[in-house]
Amino acid sequence: MSALGAEALRAEGLVKTYGSGHTALRALDDVSISTRRGEVAALLGPSGAGKSTLLQALGLLSLPEQGTISVGGRVVAVDGQAREDLAAIRRGGMGFVFQKANLIPFLTARENVLLALQINGRVGAPAAKRADDLLGYLELTERAAHYPAMLSGGEQQRVSIARALANEPAVVFADEPTAALDKKRGRDVIELLGEAAHDHGTSVFVVTHDHRTLDLFDTIYEMEDGRLRPQPPVS
Amino acid sequence: MNLALKDIGFQRLRFAATGLGLGLLFTLVLAMGGIYKGLVEEATQLADSLEADIWIVQRDTRGPFAERSVLPAETEARAQVVTGVRSARAFTYVFIQREHRGRPLRLGLVGLAWPLDRGDRLPIVEGRALRAGRYEMVADRMLGFALGEVVHLSDENYTVVGLTRGMVSSSGDGIAFFTLADAQRIEGYLAPESLRLARAGRTGSSFPAPFETAIAPRQEQVSAILVEVAPGASAADVLQAFQAWPDVTARSASEQRALLLQVVDKPRRQILLFRVLLLAISGIIVSLILYNMTVARTHEIGVLKLMGARTSMVAGMILQQAMLLWAAGYAVALALAVLTFDRFPRKVTLTGEEIVLVGVVVFVVCVLGGLAGVVRALRIPANLVLAS
Repeated sequence: MSALGAEALRAEGLVKTYGSGHTALRALDDVSISTRRGEVAALLGPSGAGKSTLLQALGLLSLPEQGTISVGGRVVAVDGQAREDLAAIRRGGMGFVFQKANLIPFLTARENVLLALQINGRVGAPAAKRADDLLGYLELTERAAHYPAMLSGGEQQRVSIARALANEPAVVFADEPTAALDKKRGRDVIELLGEAAHDHGTSVFVVTHDHRTLDLFDTIYEMEDGRLRPQPPVS
Repeated sequence: MNLALKDIGFQRLRFAATGLGLGLLFTLVLAMGGIYKGLVEEATQLADSLEADIWIVQRDTRGPFAERSVLPAETEARAQVVTGVRSARAFTYVFIQREHRGRPLRLGLVGLAWPLDRGDRLPIVEGRALRAGRYEMVADRMLGFALGEVVHLSDENYTVVGLTRGMVSSSGDGIAFFTLADAQRIEGYLAPESLRLARAGRTGSSFPAPFETAIAPRQEQVSAILVEVAPGASAADVLQAFQAWPDVTARSASEQRALLLQVVDKPRRQILLFRVLLLAISGIIVSLILYNMTVARTHEIGVLKLMGARTSMVAGMILQQAMLLWAAGYAVALALAVLTFDRFPRKVTLTGEEIVLVGVVVFVVCVLGGLAGVVRALRIPANLVLAS
């Protein structure tokens, strides 16, 4: 654990309902949450608890009907209405890691990282150096020229972490990043995300079912029936 | 980093196969246009190469190409003395079907008014025009004769002294050119037994006829008279003079050309309609290919959108691939056209204008197909990867 920095993300009073009438399902029920730079937070909960809905809301992919979302202190969405270009905020301020690496198959490991930089308008030598530095940080220099199909599952996941960190985002969202990995590799990935969060001042928000890695998180939240409650950290 | 090129580079074989398939399709579009133009050229090339200002044919017929036309041979002499006429040449045109080297041989038999017309106007690509009054022929390459080959027709042998290109009838049969006398002999030849029977028939009647009478009338008939107007003379006035003759029909070169185009009008329209259909099919196929390429990349496009990629980046990738497919397909089509069109049994004319026109049309088709892919891509939600 390390000292936490400025607020990276804040959500207040999020409400999201699927369907209407007597079949309406409240996936998010007055959820409020905030994360700080350098913080590694876990989100637990059974299937259908609303974890993915919360992740989509915080990742500005599907806005809730009610509530406010702020990134880096700026209010970006209020009651389902975008206040800023959400895609632009995702480009520069957010990174995503998934259960599967979801790398672009026709790009090498290095090009996958470069793509994230290019999408954010960062090209040329500085972008190349940033990509090489990240791949070196994640011990992938030797595999930089390999296509995803030529990499192991763990290597692919590390490339996806490098891609998520490429633009020094305020928040990295990770959706079940260890689900497809064995225990050791799963812990490696969470440790890596934690190190990256602390080294780069990024807030990492992980949706997970993997209780074996909970000791690696600064904060743990649990969701049930659309409601969020903080849990004490696992010692 | 260009995503379109990276994607294509990653699946080179698939792209090459798609480009080849599109190329074959575009070749068909080019070929249909070439066949259309070729049909028009074939229909008019013979008449054009004869360079007649006025065509005199049998009264009230559309001969000699659309139907049979028969004129007395002396019409040539009558035409020559009309004011404003530089030259008048007799011309015969019939079809014969014989056997050559054990195979059926169908050819258009043209008789030229030797020595006034030796065939120097013909598009001879090998050999020479007629230089002797008898036993020489100039044949179109389509007939398959070699230069110097001796061809037995009726009861005589004729040496191929020149080869033309593209001289075919509206039905696609190759044309061979002879002196008028040779052409009439070949057309009017009767076997000795037929002559004997004809003579016996006449001898048995109350009006016995000598041997020559049996065949003489045919030798004095021609299909048309080709008139060249003298420099400075009014072609319209000369035409009017011939039109006043009660026993013939006279047409200007442009009227004759229009008549020839009428002969191939239905095939032309059919090819034109088929070409439009082919273009529509190409459009549908190209759209499906590009749409399916986009569908195959749905997941990757979802990742790009999740990462915040601009619409222009995603649309650019799809449209660039559409244009690259067009470029590859059209290059294949042009290469195939250059390599194969000369080997088609009928003339396929590929002009620079046609290459540009078809290129632009299939480019638009490809871009429209790409836009179908873009519309699909725009519908892919940014949260697709999280939702899946």
